[in-house]
Amino acid sequence: MDIATHVFSALYQFGDAFAFLVLSACGLAVIFGMMGVINLAHGEFIMCGAYVTAATVHAGLPLPLGILAGTIVSALVGVLVELAVIRHLYDRPLDTIVATWGLSLIATQGTLIMVGSTMAGVGTPFGSFQVGDYSYSIYRIVLFCSALGVLAALYALFNWTRFGVLARATIQVPHMAAALGVDTRLIYSLTFACGAGLAGLAGGLYAPTMTLVPTMGATFIMEAFVTVVIGGADVFLGTAPAGGLLAIVKSGMTSWQGQLFGQIGLLVAVIIVVRVLPKGISGFVLRERT
Amino acid sequence: MSKSVLRGLRAAALTGTLVLGSSIGSQIALAAENPIKMGVLEDQSGDFAAATIGKVHAIQLATEEINKAGGIMGRPIELVPYDTQSDNTRYQEFMRRVLQRDKVDVVFAGFSSASREAYRPIVDQFNGFAFYNNQYEGGVCDGHMIVTGAVPEQQFSTLIPYMMEKYGKNVYTLAADYNFGQISAEWVRKIVKENGGKMAGEEFIPLGVSQFSQSVQNIQKAKPDFVVTLLVGTAQASYYEQAASANVNLPMASSVNVGQGYEHKRFKPPSLKDMYVTTNYIEEIDSPKSKEFYAKFKAKFPSEPYVNQEAENSYLAVYLYKQMVERAKSTKREDIRKVIAMGDVCMDAPEGKVCIDPKSQHMSHTIYLAKVGADHSISFPKTWEDIKPYWLGEAGCDLTKKDPMAQYTPSNPPPKP
Repeated sequence: MDIATHVFSALYQFGDAFAFLVLSACGLAVIFGMMGVINLAHGEFIMCGAYVTAATVHAGLPLPLGILAGTIVSALVGVLVELAVIRHLYDRPLDTIVATWGLSLIATQGTLIMVGSTMAGVGTPFGSFQVGDYSYSIYRIVLFCSALGVLAALYALFNWTRFGVLARATIQVPHMAAALGVDTRLIYSLTFACGAGLAGLAGGLYAPTMTLVPTMGATFIMEAFVTVVIGGADVFLGTAPAGGLLAIVKSGMTSWQGQLFGQIGLLVAVIIVVRVLPKGISGFVLRERT
Repeated sequence: MSKSVLRGLRAAALTGTLVLGSSIGSQIALAAENPIKMGVLEDQSGDFAAATIGKVHAIQLATEEINKAGGIMGRPIELVPYDTQSDNTRYQEFMRRVLQRDKVDVVFAGFSSASREAYRPIVDQFNGFAFYNNQYEGGVCDGHMIVTGAVPEQQFSTLIPYMMEKYGKNVYTLAADYNFGQISAEWVRKIVKENGGKMAGEEFIPLGVSQFSQSVQNIQKAKPDFVVTLLVGTAQASYYEQAASANVNLPMASSVNVGQGYEHKRFKPPSLKDMYVTTNYIEEIDSPKSKEFYAKFKAKFPSEPYVNQEAENSYLAVYLYKQMVERAKSTKREDIRKVIAMGDVCMDAPEGKVCIDPKSQHMSHTIYLAKVGADHSISFPKTWEDIKPYWLGEAGCDLTKKDPMAQYTPSNPPPKP
């Protein structure tokens, strides 16, 4: 086997791990970074996106539209959750942990009771391609590109649009923004919906590759939280480099010693980063800048 | 701080489940006095629920049939079910509860081997009597337990030689990383070596892992002739879809997949193409007994997604218990074990005839080799009738003489007298 095969295989595994980390974490990072709310129901928004995607595909929609439907439904559910629960707890950030955790239990158990213990999968599209001795799934490349696309879209949204400016103003000095006529409650609602929609998007994108069960959100949660924890409060300066760093550690360790060591490596990396950079990667970058 | 709050909430959530559980129990309970109480600890939620809800339903079905026909010695069966939530600590909690507070006569409990080993010491400690109605890695030599599921000498001694003859001698094992996967992989290693093959590789996957790109590549690198998949839980089942989309295209062999998690129904064809499974029951088995059982099951639970081998194991276990109690004229464990020691506790189950082996208190089974086709239809290239759970007895476990209350493996056999 030649060098090129090895290089491609390493890049592919890195891209695959990066996509999973970034897509899992983006929604969580937006809600935590912009609003300071730790959303323990994040996995269930992912599950919601995956279920809606699968259901609409079974009903006859093509997959991209199914994923879009999953994203939109999750965002709408996010709006409802924000109005009903989160809105009343902005002054009590620790209580939002408990509230969202309760929501996640209700969502998991409710799905189990209403939809059943499993849902039929939709099948992975696009087939495979061959490089050297290995064959790879094309859809995994799509996932990697989607992760990059999501990061780019978020950057554009928060930096180049009016909503982005208002959102950042609201997050920095809420009462000042309100005094200048910004409807801060609306901004919070939309930001939460944005985070929930991103979770739904992750669920929709991964729905064709995974088991669809009520507990599927739990398999994203660990990766999502470690990425946000070491990334810190900023989506672009935090989540993206954190995803890159952890993807290198995880894919490297997994290819060297298997899945168990991949997970151990991931957690050790998190401990080291949090110890060295208590405010995460983005905290470190922002301090350097000022 | 948040941790203690979480714990409180968890306790509250648990109480909710308990209330729910006991209300189901009282529905089933008949008004008759002095029922025989049967604890049912199975995962009705969590990662294993897809494979285990059917077990609870099968127990309910058998109980209803028996109660309609007059119960056991005129006493109705009363179920005491708890949802163990795919969580080992729940098993320990509820096992103490059914034995100490509910004072049940018998407990039907457990899916994963980790959960069985979590509750087994409690059954031993309180001198309880438990049925483990699940296929597993074998080796439990414990007088307090009856195992109705299949074991490696029944599932692997049939499957692995068949696969090696058909596809080749290079074998790769992909197994869940806990006692079931580790000990089953040891069995695979042993049988592959005995048949002159070699292990192309082995990987153990932590429970709950759902991303398999690297494992897929490791398998392609090792170039095996077939892959033994011993993946457990719904998260790990994502492997098939991911391997198929990367075009791994290798035959697979398993003792747990299809027969437990009906992956061929859940995933889109052809991701499970050329999967071979040895199982003592799945709903596709085409015999009059099997069809009758399937029809009864579907009549009572029309929305049941699949009737799997553990559902059948649980169903026949209730009838075996009835037979043993009626012959012993007692629900006491020691009296029942005297009946087992006679060596003729048998019944015509949906799979065919099954008997309890007195030495190990495991079951003989009819083993069906199920093959998944490209369209995910099931065919049965081979059937082995009356395969005995011989390993424990041959290795030196004899519960009619001595009860060591231990689990043995090929590398850790019972001590020689």
